[in-house]
Amino acid sequence: MAPVQVRGSVLSMKRAGAYHLLTLVAPGIAERFRPGQFIALSVGGEDSSMLLRRAFSVYRTEDRGVYGGTVEIVFAESGRGTRWLARQRTHDPIDVVGPLGRPFALPKDPVSCALVGGGYGSAPLFSLADHLRARGCRVDFVLGAASEDRLFGVLEAKRMAQSVAITTEDGSLGDRGRVTDVLPGLMRRATTDVVYACGPMGMLAAVVDLARAQGAHSQTAVEEAMACGTGVCMTCVLPVVGDDGVTRMVRSCVDGPVFRGDAVRWADVGTVPEGTWGAPVPGGH
Amino acid sequence: MTRMTRVMLTTPGEPVMPDVDMLARLGSLVLPNPMMTASGCAGYGRELDQFLDISSLGAVVTKSIMAAPRSGRPTPRMAETPSGMLNSIGLQGPGVDTFIERDLPWLAERGARVIVSIAGNDAEEYAKLAGRLRHAPAVVGLEVNISCPNVENRGLVFACDPESSARVVSGVRRNLGPGIPVFAKLSPDVTDIVAIAKSAVDAGADGLSMINTLLGMVIDPDTMRPHLGGLTGGLSGPAIRPVAVRAIWQVHAALPNIPIIGMGGVRTGLDALELVLAGASAIQVGTVIFNDPHAPTRVLDELQRALGERGFERFADAVGYAHRVDDEPTLGSSSEGVLDEFAEAAVGGAEG
Repeated sequence: MAPVQVRGSVLSMKRAGAYHLLTLVAPGIAERFRPGQFIALSVGGEDSSMLLRRAFSVYRTEDRGVYGGTVEIVFAESGRGTRWLARQRTHDPIDVVGPLGRPFALPKDPVSCALVGGGYGSAPLFSLADHLRARGCRVDFVLGAASEDRLFGVLEAKRMAQSVAITTEDGSLGDRGRVTDVLPGLMRRATTDVVYACGPMGMLAAVVDLARAQGAHSQTAVEEAMACGTGVCMTCVLPVVGDDGVTRMVRSCVDGPVFRGDAVRWADVGTVPEGTWGAPVPGGH
Repeated sequence: MTRMTRVMLTTPGEPVMPDVDMLARLGSLVLPNPMMTASGCAGYGRELDQFLDISSLGAVVTKSIMAAPRSGRPTPRMAETPSGMLNSIGLQGPGVDTFIERDLPWLAERGARVIVSIAGNDAEEYAKLAGRLRHAPAVVGLEVNISCPNVENRGLVFACDPESSARVVSGVRRNLGPGIPVFAKLSPDVTDIVAIAKSAVDAGADGLSMINTLLGMVIDPDTMRPHLGGLTGGLSGPAIRPVAVRAIWQVHAALPNIPIIGMGGVRTGLDALELVLAGASAIQVGTVIFNDPHAPTRVLDELQRALGERGFERFADAVGYAHRVDDEPTLGSSSEGVLDEFAEAAVGGAEG
């Protein structure tokens, strides 16, 4: 379904460890939303000097209720735009475009799924878990972060999953280490068929390798810098191999953000690899 | 139709839209209104059509098309800057054949009026592209993006050299046939934009588009290296609007009978009006689309409202109005503040 642009408003802004949990009243988003999609928010108000929208994967939505449709995101303060966003309070207006991008592909059969989230990258995995469980899938979570306050959704994961493995790099919660340290063991125990992952690009690349090693499918939601989120600016591209075997620079906003893990050329992200469709050849284009 | 309308914007009690004839004339090309998308900011129309009816725009200007498919540059391709952004896309695109087979028929079926932006590595590529598009459906004009490095002249940008600009334009004009107007898109990164404009017009350009982006650069203070994969990028957005107003003003003053399509940092109807008063006969919105996908229709509505409030009955009457500093004021009282202030600034000129 086509995305909408709505003038939303803040319903609530809460802290969640090192992150902010923002609930927006934004009619029209929830009924179109599918797990893995994102929304793009304008920041800084009407005369803002920050023109580019900020893209956030959707944590969850509510299509009816006292306030009409709502949409929730989790974000970290990482620059001027997110600092502004964190200062917004109940009733403040925020322009919302969404839902955008391709969602996670869901299995037809009730297979075993491992959901891997790095930091607040776990946010889109909970609505995904809902859908998977509704299809009778087994769901196991692996959540990892630098430290306990940078994990998101541990309790929620425990409520909905067969098992939850936690890793922190400083050992403040769960196993000391990274998600990739515990994922192979979990996949063997749960005989995982599909790995869903969202988090930093380095983590995604490593998770895809582990999934491939055990013959599992992988679905990854990537994080690329976007200017528009709607497919017109061509800034958020990465090299992806198509069904025809040809590498193309594709937009993560409309062709993603969810890609089959084995289609992304992870080692070449940030480059235009040789042989890419339309790539420069010696002596000019 | 699954197209969605925007929830908001008109507040109750807002006066009805004033009756202004918005017809835009660009030489032989007549459009129902002066609003266009700027090249590279609306793809080939499909994405934007989810938010607004692209056939309601004066014209859709495509992302620049080249002869062959092109991957574009490595990322990062973008940096946000104060009231603007730098982009370094590198003309990623499908090539003219795919464009003609896949995108143009869709645009034609949607009823859009299309101005195809073309780009090339040498004058011959531009001319070939014009030949390929000569009989294509829905094409009402060509915009020649001459802000490309000329491989035959040490990579010097065509638009920075009057002779190279002229060679490109005359080749395009020759291959296109008389029915379709050619607009040369000028770069503001030149010493004398009027000289380039004259050269393009002498070579057969029916009109001019101005301005393209300004070359800029961002260095990341954390990595202490250039931020963009392509090192430099084109600066766009409201930050460059005064440059657009100045360039349009200068060229309209020198070539008052040559239609100008104005673009550069237009975010609101008043921004658009500023370019029109400087001499633009049509307006493109670009970077603001990234911020507001409804911008083309919103800015058009705001422009119509602004014209009505100032007593204009026809859009065409406002074109170049700021140059008529000796005219007796004939407009309604509501316009005084804005116009007087602008006229003074314009008369003051470039003293600073």
